[in-house]
Amino acid sequence: MRPEEGTMQSRARAIQALLELIPGDVPVIICNGFPSREAFKLVDRPTHFYMMGSMGMAAAIGLGVALAKPAKKVVVLDGDGNVLMGLGTLGTVGALKPKNFIHVVLDNEVYGSSGNQPSYARVVRLDQVAKAAGYAHVERVREREDLVYEFKDLLGKDGPGFLLVKVSEQAEDVGWVSLEPSQITQRFRKAIE
Amino acid sequence: MIESEAFVQALEDIGFDFFTGVPDVLLAGVIETLLTRRLYTPAVREDEAVAMAAGAYLGGRVPAVLMSNAGLGTSLNTLLSLNLLYRHPCLLIVAWRGFEGHDAPEHRSMGQVMTPLLDTVRIPHRTLSDATALDDFNWVAQTFMKTRIPVALLLKPGVVRGIQP
Repeated sequence: MRPEEGTMQSRARAIQALLELIPGDVPVIICNGFPSREAFKLVDRPTHFYMMGSMGMAAAIGLGVALAKPAKKVVVLDGDGNVLMGLGTLGTVGALKPKNFIHVVLDNEVYGSSGNQPSYARVVRLDQVAKAAGYAHVERVREREDLVYEFKDLLGKDGPGFLLVKVSEQAEDVGWVSLEPSQITQRFRKAIE
Repeated sequence: MIESEAFVQALEDIGFDFFTGVPDVLLAGVIETLLTRRLYTPAVREDEAVAMAAGAYLGGRVPAVLMSNAGLGTSLNTLLSLNLLYRHPCLLIVAWRGFEGHDAPEHRSMGQVMTPLLDTVRIPHRTLSDATALDDFNWVAQTFMKTRIPVALLLKPGVVRGIQP
């Protein structure tokens, strides 16, 4: 099912490309496990919300921010395991259609933070689920240049947008997010006021 | 019995401006009022509602989540590892299904253990009554921002006008 596995970019490379394109004043919700830890190591901004627990809830948190701040773009960096766990939220987003909501799913088809157990994302087309749920724009990419092109495109469009990024299972050697959760809350609230 | 309009108005007066949740028959009147006032954003699961409320708080809003006590079970991990950990306050308006055992069988267990469960996870709670309503709303207002964690207002059958099970 994954013939070009060897040429795939890593999740950290994809996160780096995305964070380079996201303006510094745009709130970014990052799902729990390696995505938050890798993003924190790459670049830490007060506009980042690093989710530690509450698996499956990244999109719901981002949706709450998007509804509270309709004039600001909101980006969610999610994982395939998280999306499958909170699949109902695709329906909520598709029904509410927040124009400022961009949902990026870094899909490595495994539960990478707990030992690379296979996820159903290798058979369930999450991009097609998002499309059926009612997201306004849905794209699926693998190459870095396609990721950059499509994400820039989504940033300039009315959403909700959904970008599925196929990434390899490779994980960086990263520590925990060394911030107090209450500090993450306080600085995030201040940064997006 | 407290009218739904008065209940919603009291919450609006305190400052609540973001309402989400999953319906329960005991909450039907309140949700209808919230929908009429265009204040309610439906969720599909109670943990999703709690997470949306957390996001709304991050965006500067004052959130309340409506749910049955069955939904409290669904929300437990999100309440613990998001709201309590990150200090995201929200008001949980919880329908007390299975109160004193007089309800459909599926509500018996949670009806019995709900308040010890809230005590165990250290979520402050209070049961709304017609006679103490003013005090109850004052308690909500004072506890909410002071603690910066979720607080629960429990609704027994027949206290706020709705559809009775």
